[in-house]
Amino acid sequence: MQTIKQLSDLLAAGKTSAVELAQDYLAKIDTLNPKLNAFVTVDADKTLAEARAADVLRAAGNAPLAGVPFGHKDIFCAEGWKTTCGSKMLDNFVSPYDSTVVAKMKAAGLVTLGRLNMDEFAMGSSNENSFYGAVKNPWDLNAVPGGSSGGSAAAVAAGLVPAATGTDTGGSIRQPASFCGITGIKPTYGIVSRYGMVAFASSLDQGGPMAHTAEDCALLLNVMAGFDERDSTSLEHAKEDYTRDLNVPLAGLRVGLPREYFAEGLASDVAAAIETAIAELKKLGATVVEISLPNTKLAIPAYYVIAPAEASSNLSRFDGVRYGHRAADYDGLTEMYEKTRAEGFGWEVKRRILTGAYVLSHGYYDAYYLQAQKIRRIIANDFQSAFAHCDVIAGPVAPNTAWNLGEKNADPVAMYLEDIYTLGVNLAGLPGMSVPVGFGSNGRPVGMQLIGNYFGEAKMLNVAYQFQQATDWHLKAPTL
Amino acid sequence: MKWEVVIGLEVHTQLTTKSKIFSPASTAFGAEPNTQTAVVDIALPGALPVMNRAAVEKAIQFGLAIGAKVNQRSIFARKNYFYPDLPKGYQISQFELPVVEGGQITINVDGVDKVINLTRAHLEEDAGKSLHGDFQHQTGIDLNRAGTPLLEIVSEPEMRSAAEAVAYAKALYSLVTWIGICDGNMQEGSFRCDVNVSVRPEGQKEFGTRREIKNLNSFRFIEQAIKYEVQWQIGEIEDGRKIQQATILFDPDTGETRMMRSKEDAHDYRYFPDPDLPPLVISNEWLERVRSELPELPVAMQVRFQQQYGIPAYDAATLTSSKALAAYYEAAVAAGADAKLASNWIMGDISATLNREEKDIDASPVSAVALAGLIKRVMDSTINNKTAKDVLKKMWEAGATDATAADVIIERDGLKQETDTGAIEAIVDAVLAANPKAIEEYRAGKEKALNSLVGQVMKGSGGKANPAMALELLKKKVG
Amino acid sequence: MSLSLDDVRRIAKLARIAVSDEEIAATHTQLNRIFGLIEEMRAVDTTGIEPMAHAQDVALRLRDDAATAPNRREAFQAVAPAVENGLYLVPKVIE
Repeated sequence: MQTIKQLSDLLAAGKTSAVELAQDYLAKIDTLNPKLNAFVTVDADKTLAEARAADVLRAAGNAPLAGVPFGHKDIFCAEGWKTTCGSKMLDNFVSPYDSTVVAKMKAAGLVTLGRLNMDEFAMGSSNENSFYGAVKNPWDLNAVPGGSSGGSAAAVAAGLVPAATGTDTGGSIRQPASFCGITGIKPTYGIVSRYGMVAFASSLDQGGPMAHTAEDCALLLNVMAGFDERDSTSLEHAKEDYTRDLNVPLAGLRVGLPREYFAEGLASDVAAAIETAIAELKKLGATVVEISLPNTKLAIPAYYVIAPAEASSNLSRFDGVRYGHRAADYDGLTEMYEKTRAEGFGWEVKRRILTGAYVLSHGYYDAYYLQAQKIRRIIANDFQSAFAHCDVIAGPVAPNTAWNLGEKNADPVAMYLEDIYTLGVNLAGLPGMSVPVGFGSNGRPVGMQLIGNYFGEAKMLNVAYQFQQATDWHLKAPTL
Repeated sequence: MKWEVVIGLEVHTQLTTKSKIFSPASTAFGAEPNTQTAVVDIALPGALPVMNRAAVEKAIQFGLAIGAKVNQRSIFARKNYFYPDLPKGYQISQFELPVVEGGQITINVDGVDKVINLTRAHLEEDAGKSLHGDFQHQTGIDLNRAGTPLLEIVSEPEMRSAAEAVAYAKALYSLVTWIGICDGNMQEGSFRCDVNVSVRPEGQKEFGTRREIKNLNSFRFIEQAIKYEVQWQIGEIEDGRKIQQATILFDPDTGETRMMRSKEDAHDYRYFPDPDLPPLVISNEWLERVRSELPELPVAMQVRFQQQYGIPAYDAATLTSSKALAAYYEAAVAAGADAKLASNWIMGDISATLNREEKDIDASPVSAVALAGLIKRVMDSTINNKTAKDVLKKMWEAGATDATAADVIIERDGLKQETDTGAIEAIVDAVLAANPKAIEEYRAGKEKALNSLVGQVMKGSGGKANPAMALELLKKKVG
Repeated sequence: MSLSLDDVRRIAKLARIAVSDEEIAATHTQLNRIFGLIEEMRAVDTTGIEPMAHAQDVALRLRDDAATAPNRREAFQAVAPAVENGLYLVPKVIE
């Protein structure tokens, strides 16, 4: 297992080249991906072309990450790459343009190893809702890797890529990172541009890095983050070096523990792992304060109104007219639409589109959508009250470790309930991350969630980095 | 039974911006299909809208021009429906909080002023074009127009006749073109009207059920469509049928209206605030700057013309019917033409000739300065009115831009009025000798009798005699 | 409150998704489970609370009016299901 930091040092020292690294990883992907199904697209020619360009860029100097390979979640439009979003609807869609994240990583000389599997249109917590089949958890091939960035998490955990991009609308970076024992960060909403990132729920979606260590996440966030005039929700926030505070000691750090995150519903093995991690933070000089996020439970209904509402509208553009799937035979325009969308979307996506259409439809708007928006405000305010008493919030990412493939498919609601600790962060637009802190009774990884206040990324990464200096959970690798 | 007609208009004005409302693609008309589309305009996955400042500024200009409330915080919302020329499956518009609320437009029908209140004006994006003709069983979609900025201007249902509706549309048209937020090219769809029509028994308080006539792009069609629709609705009701609310189309060829099939199920638009676009905020500074840069408006200019130039209200109204015409008039007066004479000439010969040649004032071959040069010669009676008309014709044919154009022609063709008493006297004597009867009548107290003689003197002088002088001489000799 | 089968048919129509009768039944059950979850929220007293439509409280940023987008029709239509003479083709639309 190698980190971005190690690889960039090797490249800097001339001990390896971008092309060599690309070839090594492509070989690994060849042998191991069939077990995991983490990739939707691998294109050695494209990858090696990027690698050769990266070697040239590095030679020209002042490109610290040039040649470092990684994988893209198949949601970021990349010119010339198939960008499927895990959907039959986009199975034939080769993007004619680059998303801002793709362009920034290209410019930094990072080399794309391929396109990573995901829940269709990022809707799901198990990565079983993909047109390209479920992704397996490298720690246990019978377990789900989490979702929606399940391909990214599994590929990093299995060492098929040293790092990957992900997106997080309700936990889609943090929960798979937790299930696969890696580190992932979902930044403050508006820090990473959404331009060219296929939209699920526009007011909640945020891209971020997934890697082995907090330091790697910081290095990648330095590349991914930044104001983008092409995204009207991108924040005009001064450029930061997210590695700047990694070495700050934790003495005097106030860690808030939300009572509601440790209440009934939290599995005892997960609780145990989190408590051990908290104890470690105390050892490092942090003090612990109990806080309350009283409306935590309401995040689920509020989220499952707002996200589907926005999604139902965002996914209307998939109509078989300008790109993507179109039904083979139909009688008239309406049937063309209805068949195209019935064939192109999977059932979880259809359910959310229908839910969203309903809560926005005539006569229900106030009762559902508007009420959900008000509760969203209440939840955001709860976090602000909490941050009056602490610098970061710590708790579990999910109530349980990864469940078995197929275990929760029958009942969507059962899966929605597993998102309880991650949804609030998206509703409030706050940064959150997942840090490996051990394993459950079933030997599947457990992640601790860190939640920062707005623009608190450097602080969170500092806490995670210090924790990782004192522990080795993030270094553990599955045997495949 | 007597019926009252109730009409409200929703006018879509394309704003004159270089680029689209949410994308950097060009808005120029008439390009090859789909060559003016950015990722936003064809709604590629991941594409995001970014608002055009110029479109907002034009909305502010309009709001200030009609004395409306410009909301300093307004919200963009998504109007969701499926249609092939609507690439995102929703139109970005404004719903609960539009940028402009209220305001008034004054119309004039048969000399009577009437104030029409506006409900609102909001910013939104235009859709693409569906081309039905070109293919057998298919429709072609051109998205060049998709994303063109529109200001949708909604009136209260305060018009009571087709004539009022047309007057309102024309008044609105001249305002938006006057302040330059719309190019006014109706053939190209820059100014499109949706007309809501209902009828009710005279005296009844509540409105009848309305039907909306979509996309009328000429004032004539507005009038025809309303007249047909009103008769149709009255007919239905008198035959005991109920009017169903509906969206309809007007067919200029048949002159009839018919139901619009494609809109049948587009009733539940599921409006909600667009999560891609934070609230639009307009600062006081911005508002005040736009206010200070607003041109003098027609109404204010009319009043000024009456006061400054002492011309009648009718003249002032006509001369301010377009900015160019008003400018032409003021230039002529500035060049020394008498204010009332200039008004007469412009509303008279100039306008008449322009209409005949289907030119507008900017294209007049006779410049305001040249016209003033001509009028001055009438003022100092170098030539009389009749000659002046001939001179203008010649100026028109040759094209006349400078102040001396009239003088050159008068000189060249020797059109100067004859003011040499001797020469006129000879003609007068000849005329008197030939008309003893007229003299009798005059002496018998019939003043008018001499007028015909003046005419003959003019004729004899080839139009060059000074009529006043001729009359004077006649009187003296007969006296 | 719960959705009727007709509600499901209505929103499926609204969302332009063909759903067979068997699928309607299954979808109906699942949507009602989801709305059962959502119900919890409706009882909450939210009087006087400003709805939150955006994660950040910022004003709309405005762009200068410049037509800078190049003509990329060829690239854009390379992924289109049906085009002719630069037009996207759809089944005949009757207005």
